Amino acid sequence: MNRLAKFSYLAAIYCFLYFPIILLIIYSFNHSIYSLLWHGFTLDWYKQLGDDSDLIVVTLHSLEVGVLAASLATLIGTIAATCLYRYRFFGKHLLHGLLFVLIVSPDIVMGISLLILFFLLNMRLGFWSLLLSHITFCIPFVAVTVYSRLTGLDKNIFEAARDLGASDLISFRRIIIPMLWPAILAGWLLSFTLSLDDVIISFFVTGPDFQILPLYIYSLVRIGLKPELNALCSVMFVITLLIVVIFQLILPKKVNQ
Amino acid sequence: MKSDRLFKGTTISMVWCWLFLFALLPSVLVLIMSFLQNDPTDLFRWKFSLQNYQALANPIYFKVFWHSFYIAGLCSVICLVLSYPFAYVLARLDSKYKSLLLFLVIIPFWTSSLIRTYAIISILKVKGLLNTVLLSLGIIQHPLTILYSSTAVIIGLVYSLLPFMILPLYVNIEKLETQYIDAARDLGANTLTTFLRVILPLTLPGIMGGIILVFLPAMSMFYIPDILGGAKSLLVGNLIQNEFLAAHNWPLGSAVSMVLTLAMGLLLLLYRRANKIGPYYDESIGEI
Repeated sequence: MNRLAKFSYLAAIYCFLYFPIILLIIYSFNHSIYSLLWHGFTLDWYKQLGDDSDLIVVTLHSLEVGVLAASLATLIGTIAATCLYRYRFFGKHLLHGLLFVLIVSPDIVMGISLLILFFLLNMRLGFWSLLLSHITFCIPFVAVTVYSRLTGLDKNIFEAARDLGASDLISFRRIIIPMLWPAILAGWLLSFTLSLDDVIISFFVTGPDFQILPLYIYSLVRIGLKPELNALCSVMFVITLLIVVIFQLILPKKVNQ
Repeated sequence: MKSDRLFKGTTISMVWCWLFLFALLPSVLVLIMSFLQNDPTDLFRWKFSLQNYQALANPIYFKVFWHSFYIAGLCSVICLVLSYPFAYVLARLDSKYKSLLLFLVIIPFWTSSLIRTYAIISILKVKGLLNTVLLSLGIIQHPLTILYSSTAVIIGLVYSLLPFMILPLYVNIEKLETQYIDAARDLGANTLTTFLRVILPLTLPGIMGGIILVFLPAMSMFYIPDILGGAKSLLVGNLIQNEFLAAHNWPLGSAVSMVLTLAMGLLLLLYRRANKIGPYYDESIGEI
């Protein structure tokens, strides 16, 4: 293959991936509601967003669930990765397999299974059911991220710590967490964005009194095209992009240390 | 030592308790639910029955399954064909911008596919960008009605799931050692033979990994057919969603989701086989 063909192919795929989003962002500044043509620059749609009190409430709900779910999932996922790496125990292979299956299993299957569980437990659907579900679907992603970094560590470090009298708890706190914080942070970030964007699982496990952002967007999308929606989606996209870029800028330097 | 045992015991039981309660137990509940009877007033009745699985043989449901497998399969093939050369070129690229280019593939992976699906509407609608461009270039005489059809659903699925195919392929191809390719060339294999007999088998785990990550979500992402598709483009995901939240027939919905789980099981078996072929090749070549 010659160079030109290679690069045009790469460029074509990047165009495919980014073109719709760029178009969406451009249209969020377009003055016309329905037309494809450019009718002048406007910030009206963004102003309308700011005035939408429902939107602010659901965004706060989403952030609340996202931060809590990501933090707890990171804690449990990191512990799960540590157990898998350091200990031999009954059901270890099962745990490994379960985490892998949870990653590939379709969201909708998890959504309905949790719905059945909450129904049988007689739990009201809302904040708690949503939080528990989000923690659950984030755990395997954190565990895998952290585990892959753990396998790159020198096992002798743990031997050395033990010889110097460190208990497992101390080596977890003083070795694993400090050495793995980039992976842990990456796991947290991944969980946070997964939680913030999840439509399918949340669709089943949330109740009418606790609306979150992706479902709010979904309900608007189903009604039809609205220019405010262009603005809202642009904001969401840019925020996710910023978070990811900032984390990427912080992380690699530490990883290479 | 005692504190170590305590630490070990606490951490392992904590992880296990959580996953048992919120992952294993719910899955078993779906299985049980799929064998219960439907009750219009109470969602379900605690009575064993096979009626849900019998109902699945009904042509209406069978059609949805067939349609879903077809759409998800087509979507996987398109993703694979688009991604393989892309991942190959990217993984073999010798450039300082390589990590940036990879990062650009990962960004859509981190952002909402709901938003990205929404973005497609403005391109595909009757007075959208695609039609406007094609009409003004004179390629077509009448606007295409792609939106609200199966074609739109496939475009939406491919667009949303492409990064999920690219990443496993990239990881796999990057690990591929060039000696094998050189060896094949030295032994007189032409480009096609090298690709079919050496590169393709060695990247099989990546291909299978990508197919799992595309095929399963393609069947279950009910919001894409909902937003982009018409009344006919119902997929398994829409069927489950409908049985659970609109028709209130949880046992039938569970039975439908068991089919999805079964499909996952089959794909995972294939994935394991693909992974076994990989190391087997490595070993045999290493021995020579």
